[in-house]
Amino acid sequence: MSRRGISSRGDGTYRVELPEEERDVLAALPDQLREALDAGEPTLYRLFPPAHSDDDAANEDYARLVGRGLVDGKLKALAELERTAHAKRLDEDELGSWLGAIESLRLVLGTQLDVTEESYGPLDAADPDAPRLALYHWLSWLQEEVVQALSEPLERGTATD
Amino acid sequence: MSQVVEAPVRAPQPTFEDDQVEDRPWVVIVWNDPINLMSYVTLVLQKLFGYSRSKATQLMLQVHNDGKAVVSSGTKEKAELDVSRLHAHGLWATMRQD
Repeated sequence: MSRRGISSRGDGTYRVELPEEERDVLAALPDQLREALDAGEPTLYRLFPPAHSDDDAANEDYARLVGRGLVDGKLKALAELERTAHAKRLDEDELGSWLGAIESLRLVLGTQLDVTEESYGPLDAADPDAPRLALYHWLSWLQEEVVQALSEPLERGTATD
Repeated sequence: MSQVVEAPVRAPQPTFEDDQVEDRPWVVIVWNDPINLMSYVTLVLQKLFGYSRSKATQLMLQVHNDGKAVVSSGTKEKAELDVSRLHAHGLWATMRQD
């Protein structure tokens, strides 16, 4: 059996080695984020940042122009993660959806937990946020796996520059 | 560097007409945040802008160390498109006229 994680198979597809219980978590998370999206939770602002630092009118124009597309793109990635959470092999588009969905999940969870660059140390079991921090760290590990797997073919493609 | 000294000529002062303001390029800035992984930011910059691994890594490190970096520039429309693509990938990006 290959190591736990995600690796490029070299033929444009990717091998996913994860235990079933972790896949179950992946399949369940999109629903939680969709509920948060429907409820319009304030932590979602991190998914839809302003395009201008100091121009409210321009931000309203921007939100009108691209807001719906951004939401749709994120929902599509979440649906793909849900659909393929138990797949042993993914193509590049599917793994790209995993990357996008995990990104959205980490952004919202990280914002809810108010993570800082110092939040990456050992967990304190007495911390009431410990279970959600553990989930956040696990998603960070998984995202790193996806990034490394997707970077492999890119690296081969740009080896000469 | 050498310099040719010429008789001073009174050059016409530039006037800032509206069209010149329009012509100034827009820049797209990516800001540091505590959630996005360094490797992820590098990958996104490679994928969206076609940057080499080393250029993308350099920009990512600038974001990480200085808090922000200009990742692209151009017309307002291009900047808006680039910002929306960065937002679609979860990066904290804004645009402003240079």
